[in-house]
Amino acid sequence: MKKEIATREAFGEALAELGQVNPNVVVIDADISKSTYTTKFHKMFPDRAFNVGVAEQNLMLVAAGLAITGKIVFTSTYAVFASMRACEQVRTFICYPNVNVKIAASHGGIQVGADGPTHQGTEDIAIMRSMPNMKVIHPADAVATKKAVFAIAEDYGPTYLRTMRNPTPIIYDESYKFKIGKGNIVLDEGDDVSIIATGIMVLMALEASKILKEKGIRVKVIDMSTIKPIDSELIITLAKKTGGIVTCEDHNIMGGLGGAVAEVLVENYPVPMKRIGLKDTFGESGDWKELFEIYGLSPKHIVEACIEVIRRKEGIKISP
Amino acid sequence: MEIWEEKVRRLKKIAWELRKDVIEMIYRAKAGHPGGSLSSAEIISVLYFEIMNIDPKNPAWEDRDRFILSKGHSCPIHYAALAKRGFFDREHLWTLRKTHSILQGHPDMKKTPGVDYTSGSLGNGLGIGVGMALGLKMSNKRSRVFVLLGDGECQEGSIWEAAMCAAHYKLDNLFAIVDYNGLEVDGWLREIMNVEPFKEKWEAFGWKVKEVDGHNIEEILNAFQWAFKVGGPSVLIAHTVKGKGVSFMENEVEWHGLAPKEEEYKKAMEELEKEVLKL
Repeated sequence: MKKEIATREAFGEALAELGQVNPNVVVIDADISKSTYTTKFHKMFPDRAFNVGVAEQNLMLVAAGLAITGKIVFTSTYAVFASMRACEQVRTFICYPNVNVKIAASHGGIQVGADGPTHQGTEDIAIMRSMPNMKVIHPADAVATKKAVFAIAEDYGPTYLRTMRNPTPIIYDESYKFKIGKGNIVLDEGDDVSIIATGIMVLMALEASKILKEKGIRVKVIDMSTIKPIDSELIITLAKKTGGIVTCEDHNIMGGLGGAVAEVLVENYPVPMKRIGLKDTFGESGDWKELFEIYGLSPKHIVEACIEVIRRKEGIKISP
Repeated sequence: MEIWEEKVRRLKKIAWELRKDVIEMIYRAKAGHPGGSLSSAEIISVLYFEIMNIDPKNPAWEDRDRFILSKGHSCPIHYAALAKRGFFDREHLWTLRKTHSILQGHPDMKKTPGVDYTSGSLGNGLGIGVGMALGLKMSNKRSRVFVLLGDGECQEGSIWEAAMCAAHYKLDNLFAIVDYNGLEVDGWLREIMNVEPFKEKWEAFGWKVKEVDGHNIEEILNAFQWAFKVGGPSVLIAHTVKGKGVSFMENEVEWHGLAPKEEEYKKAMEELEKEVLKL
């Protein structure tokens, strides 16, 4: 594996690069710019960078006001604050008037680790997904994050870009083409089951696929980096081809990626499905890899879910 | 040039005519917020018929001044002013709050020509005004941003986040007006949650402050001239009477969000018409 990079850091790098090619990009922070890596943009473009201090409601309002004067506005804070402290401002003053604000939110999931539940965004995808006009994107690695930053700046409208605190391995090379609203088949070894993952869980799914392969189980791994609008076409195709689906997200099991995929399946092509995610619980402090073991997000848990889905699709009764 | 006395008389008359439209709109809609609409009449009249640089034929004109009605529930008075200025046909006023209307129960910038930002959830207009003022300055526009706040919404923390921010960024193109009518839905502010010392709060947050009689056209006009001279961020604390101009609505908390019945409507219109005829 190459050097590990946190997607929050990749976001900061991409933002600074974007600033060089797009003079219309404005960045606003609510303190913590050192942590969300927007400091580079602040240094390079002081006239287009603002910091409103620890005031997330105002962060979103100022962003809305700036956007209506024609700017492409990136707000930068943590997932918990963007999605909850400033929830109504995002909903009523960004999504309802459909203004061009990009909400970059670091610290998604329990991957945050040591800071604990106050700083682990584990409901943000569900909250943001429920807002009309909002797009929700969660890239899997640093390469995808950079491409996503450029793509959402080109695209019009409110967008939630979720990044992760801790460094993760690089999955993609520069040839990777990110497209809003499109899932990406990262691994295609067979038709036993499809693992649809987002963010760090793409890596966990790839790890799981190795274990499954040893057991003779051939899977597809899909990076569903856009959770809204969800790639229904791909999900239905996968359901038809593999007859079983496992979703994986570092987020509450309710309302996130698993919810989005389930909604598509039940209305179009129901197949056996399992969701990997936080089982309606908060996380805790600790090393994130250990937390993934404790909270059921590790490759081992994905393997178990895949085996169960395969048994169900083959009509084999599982003993309790 | 319009002589001063003539200007004052004209703006006074407009304020009373707008009040009549407010009552008519809310009566026909069978719902709406008369109290805070009536208390803002003179402020709106001065802004829309004297101060603001706007073009009703081109509501999206980039160089225009902006207005945010942070106390969005008072939109009937704003809609009445927009119609009178020719942003849309007067007939729309009678569709307030109805299905397919361009006039929503609270302002929607996507539906109503002349509404510069959506509002209705309190405590948010000032922060949006800060963003607009910043954006206009960045684009080297000389446009000014006016935000009309309610006194009750100044209980929201977000107002003070925005106030701090406006002063920090020295937004000389941002002007706030507080319609200080003293009443919120549950009663008198001073009893529910006192915002006093109010002037001192704004000053402490780095704003220039002037207190005016919010129903006195001359005072409001002079106060704006003062504000433009000292620059923003500055705030006019306009002391007003909720329900102003309709005897049985004045200072009566129930008229915050209540539509008049037929008899009340007739009496209100009679009282208002008398005031119009005086001018």
